Amino acid sequence: MSNILKASERQLEVLEKVSNSGDRRSFLKIAGMSIAMLSIVGCSDTITSPTTTGATLTNDDIGILNYAYALEQLEAAFYTQVVSSFPSAFSADDRAVFTDIRDHEISHRDFFKAALSTSAIGSLEPNFTSIDFTSRDAVLAAAKTFEDLGVSAYNGAGKLLTDVKYLAVAGEIVSVEARHAAVIRDLISPKTAAFSDDMITPGGLDLARKPSEVLAAAGAYIKTTITSKLP
Amino acid sequence: METKKSMFDELDPEIVNRVVSRRDALFTAGKVGIGLALVSVPVTFGLLSTKAFAKSSTPTDVIEVLNYALKLEYLENRFYATATTSSGLIPGSDSAVFAQIAKHEAAHVALLKGAITQLGGTPIAEPTFNYTKNFPDVFTNYQTFLAVSQGFEDTGVRAYKGRAADLFANNKDVLQTALQIHSVEARHAAVVRRLRGQKGWISGNDRGGLPAAAQPIYNGEEIMTHLGITVTSSEAYDEPLTPTEVNAIVSLFE
Repeated sequence: MSNILKASERQLEVLEKVSNSGDRRSFLKIAGMSIAMLSIVGCSDTITSPTTTGATLTNDDIGILNYAYALEQLEAAFYTQVVSSFPSAFSADDRAVFTDIRDHEISHRDFFKAALSTSAIGSLEPNFTSIDFTSRDAVLAAAKTFEDLGVSAYNGAGKLLTDVKYLAVAGEIVSVEARHAAVIRDLISPKTAAFSDDMITPGGLDLARKPSEVLAAAGAYIKTTITSKLP
Repeated sequence: METKKSMFDELDPEIVNRVVSRRDALFTAGKVGIGLALVSVPVTFGLLSTKAFAKSSTPTDVIEVLNYALKLEYLENRFYATATTSSGLIPGSDSAVFAQIAKHEAAHVALLKGAITQLGGTPIAEPTFNYTKNFPDVFTNYQTFLAVSQGFEDTGVRAYKGRAADLFANNKDVLQTALQIHSVEARHAAVVRRLRGQKGWISGNDRGGLPAAAQPIYNGEEIMTHLGITVTSSEAYDEPLTPTEVNAIVSLFE
């Protein structure tokens, strides 16, 4: 076992060097080799265990799927924490909504992890220190931020994909994120225009954000360093 | 937000000028209300970037998809325009929700017509829909209205999804705009479902108390496999509908 660990440490060193050199093509080549080598020695846990050292999003379909995987990890972690101990002011309806959304986000997270297989980035470490999980208002505000951000992220990522089958699945997910956003907003301001107000959907259009914009906003809630080669 | 800025950055200044003067023309012609003209402007920008023109290698396909979307938006727009002016139909407590939805559908119609024209096509004329053919009290009974509204919104979400691949192949800037409409339809669907006491999302292929005739809107929603991976929740994924499936649903109102 110690030999295996040493071997994977060496590979990580090589990976770091290559990724720092900025030569993405050879980085990918070597990354692929490393993953294959790790699989051969039967220690695949090494590459899927929680990573605080960093995650890299490549500028291709895999990078975009990992980008979605990162956002879904963040959402799943947030809702899991809310559901583990609801704010005391949460109504039965609030609880039902958050429990459903937690299940959806976990499903999305696990889907991307499975779809990416050995190309998946590691588990990200969230940073929710700015969120007061005992306050209904604070939890709803954070949920609103995550959902609106998620919708704009998927809307902006669609055209960056090259394989239409990934667009199809992103499309299947984004509308559910939009349903979440609307419901959370309706919990905050029931029966008003808030579910799709003129700030978030100007002219009847949801926003579409570039990955760089989304990651800048999401970064406040993620401890793990994400290096993105995406636009 | 910054998104708007970046959208402007991509624009050819000449096109910006054209859009601005087009807006002025709309004001003077008085064909479109001032509010609507203002609303439709940022929307039009996305479609007018030089990239959008350059990429439309087969514009006919794009125009066909946009006209398909336009028909659905006409269906929704006339429905909400009629409902929001039918006195006594929508209770005051819920009127803000439907005023917002009505505003969006009107903006979508204006956007799609403008986009089709800009891409060199001809927008289809608004069909005459028969909302009361199968739902005689849709404009007098609030519960019937809500049910039909839910049906339209859930259909809209699935219909846009069903054509995304065609736009992906032909014009990715138009695709992005379509995605931006698509998720707003999902917001509408969620809030209307909540007004009916339903979850904001679709469970299995449950039509949520809608009449049996509405079942085709929900068929196929129950699938649990995506990219060959079995998932843990069907609620977490909305499924596409084909044009044939959508047309069958729309025919209930023709």
